[in-house]
Amino acid sequence: MTLSNSRRLLVLAVAVLLLGGLAAALVLRSASRDDKPSAGGPTVAAGAVTLTRPGSLAFLNGGQGPHRGAVASVPADAPESGRTASELTCQRFYAAAGTGVCLRSTPGALAQDNKALIVDSELRTLRSFPLAGTPSRARVSPSGRFAAWTVFVSGESYGAAFFSTRTAIVDTRTGKLEANLEEFAIDMDGREHRAQDVNFWGVTFSKDDDTFYATVSTGGETHLVKGSISGRSVKTLAKNVECPSLSPDETRIAYKKRVRAGASLWREHVMDLGTLREHALAEKRSVDDQAAWLDDRTLAYGLPTDGAADSTDLWTVPADGSGTPRLLAPGAASPARLG
Amino acid sequence: MYLADRSAPASEGAKTAPGRGSVRAPAVASTVLALGAVSMITDISSEMVTAVLPLYLIAGLGLSPLGFGALDGVYNGVSALVQLTGGHLADRVRNHKLIAGIGYGLSALCKPLLLLAHSLGPISVILTLERTGKGLRTAPRDALISLSTPPELQGRAFGVHRAMDTTGALLGPLAAFLILSVTVDGYDAVFGVSACVAVLGVVVLMLFVPSGGAPAPTPAKAAAKATATTGTAAAGAANATAVPDADRPAPVRLRDALGLLRLPRLRNLAVCAVLLGLTTVSDAFVYLLLQRRTGIGDQWFPLLPLGTAAVFLLLAVPAGALADRIGRRTVFLTGHALLLTGYGLLLWAPAWPALPFLVLALHGMFYAATDGVLPAAVAATVPGELRATGMALVGTGQALARFGCSLAFGGAWTLWGTGPALAAAAAGLLCCAAVAGFVLRPAAPQEARTDSNRTDPKRVRPPR
Repeated sequence: MTLSNSRRLLVLAVAVLLLGGLAAALVLRSASRDDKPSAGGPTVAAGAVTLTRPGSLAFLNGGQGPHRGAVASVPADAPESGRTASELTCQRFYAAAGTGVCLRSTPGALAQDNKALIVDSELRTLRSFPLAGTPSRARVSPSGRFAAWTVFVSGESYGAAFFSTRTAIVDTRTGKLEANLEEFAIDMDGREHRAQDVNFWGVTFSKDDDTFYATVSTGGETHLVKGSISGRSVKTLAKNVECPSLSPDETRIAYKKRVRAGASLWREHVMDLGTLREHALAEKRSVDDQAAWLDDRTLAYGLPTDGAADSTDLWTVPADGSGTPRLLAPGAASPARLG
Repeated sequence: MYLADRSAPASEGAKTAPGRGSVRAPAVASTVLALGAVSMITDISSEMVTAVLPLYLIAGLGLSPLGFGALDGVYNGVSALVQLTGGHLADRVRNHKLIAGIGYGLSALCKPLLLLAHSLGPISVILTLERTGKGLRTAPRDALISLSTPPELQGRAFGVHRAMDTTGALLGPLAAFLILSVTVDGYDAVFGVSACVAVLGVVVLMLFVPSGGAPAPTPAKAAAKATATTGTAAAGAANATAVPDADRPAPVRLRDALGLLRLPRLRNLAVCAVLLGLTTVSDAFVYLLLQRRTGIGDQWFPLLPLGTAAVFLLLAVPAGALADRIGRRTVFLTGHALLLTGYGLLLWAPAWPALPFLVLALHGMFYAATDGVLPAAVAATVPGELRATGMALVGTGQALARFGCSLAFGGAWTLWGTGPALAAAAAGLLCCAAVAGFVLRPAAPQEARTDSNRTDPKRVRPPR
């Protein structure tokens, strides 16, 4: 291409104008999306969300519109009815017994500003903890006393294969923080396991406010561990168990199981903790979520919305392996049964 | 690095540098500035995506950490291997700009595609293509930089390019977060704007970078060419006969690419790059170690790479210019000594409040003293016809070695814990740097003769 200098500058100016205009249009379109709820989507109205209201279901509203990302609630027996949206927005949320944990990532000047907020039943912030990475999993113990979260830590862009999680447990009453469960002693098949490639994620709590279950990955395998907060220790129970979720009666855990080694393909399973026997659920799609129990018979989990890049829908399936998956709420994430 | 420009008499082509020690060219070649601009724009584009991708995938799509970790591993291995292909193709078709352009274009195409991908599989494919584009363009781009710059100014030219590149890497996340803060879930806007920026990079490349590779018969080109080849002959190639006639370019074949490794100086450089790469702990581990060692608050963790990048940005040009003056080998080895000092601080220093700053500064200085200096040294050893191939050989070797180090370091970390693993890496780095210091020592006249005796000129000369 032989062009004179002035021609080149002219072409460059035209390209800058065209591309700049296109870029500006994209940003403006995205900025004005706030006002436009998508047609046919669930109706959402601002209101007070109370975490102690019995018989309701809380989740993060994912539908387009002004309340996207807000903690919202619906009656559990009529999830398709209009949603009440609070002012609190999060990337991940969970609540139990009037305590909520909200993992929030906001764009900062130089990097994401990631925080874990502990909120009371009126969603007022009680405590705030800085996070080292991108929010991933959140849970509150059935009593509301303990909260746990997992973040994904990535240090840089051009590094070699590398991934790391941080999982923390906080006593919401005292504020005492176990910032990194990797410091807990690990009993693997009866022997003390010391390794630096340990990663924890996906905590689920028992009612006793000490026992918890979680995923531990080390040496290329994932393990289900049972832990004690006061004892600062965990013990392995089974392999290939990720993101456990303890049933309300505490006899079973639901979890996702990798169905093909190396592939990112998971199926939701339920394991009887007494016998360690497992069965697959009726959901045949790959579930990459920490499921939540709506009651002793039903599980809820998020799946990517068909045809939308940045949205998930909530589905339910019976916990005994029978039945079929059912859409619980379109455009929603992070389910928690309240009350 | 070989002190090509010191051990050899000043070449006729290098009129701007009458004597060593007083290398002061008026400016950097316009091609270098243009390529720097292209890299800067492209890095803004790609770092915009990199900055928001974890949140998009983990929070937006609900991917688990493990899913994202697997993805990260996939797309980082790709570009190292593609680099060889890109380098060789560029030399083969004698059009570095074309191959670099295809690489930049491929990456630009991938950004809007991200909007359409909703699950891990398609996203992996798109990111792999994006990395393929990066791999394709790296070697021809570095070859273009070196071919447009006289031998004694290579270090500075690469320093300027790397500084501009890093500027883009720092601006990218700023742009992305700015867009996210004025939009509602503006990931689509980030990907869209990123695509526009990437296309602009390709436009700048097409408009302002002259096609390199095949020596064009323009006088300016011929002069640059003569400079490059003379420098090459004096510096790295076995002897003057290794340089083919610039006016009669011969086709480059795969065998010639492999024959490059018979050039003792290039082979030495490649060996040193691999050895040092094997003992260079990947950035992510450095930041993790730094946080464990100093207990930096979690909120500062994402900012640690910015510290390294800022120091790299500030020092890339001075370090490159210094390398041209006092010798690339000295600066390159000093860079590794600084990294070693950083490891030492992480291992044994008391908990000074300044420790994180010191370690990040040393880490940034290491990059400034090595990242552009290595290709500058490679440029001095490879004939112009095979420049991109030579760049790719060393680049791929280094990247694969670093990947190997990352795996080995992860293993050592698991087996022995952080302290011993880092101590082992430091000991390895010390040994490798000592070997590199010996292998890369400036050739004495006698030794240069021995080298040329050992090398069969027919092997290194592209067939007529």
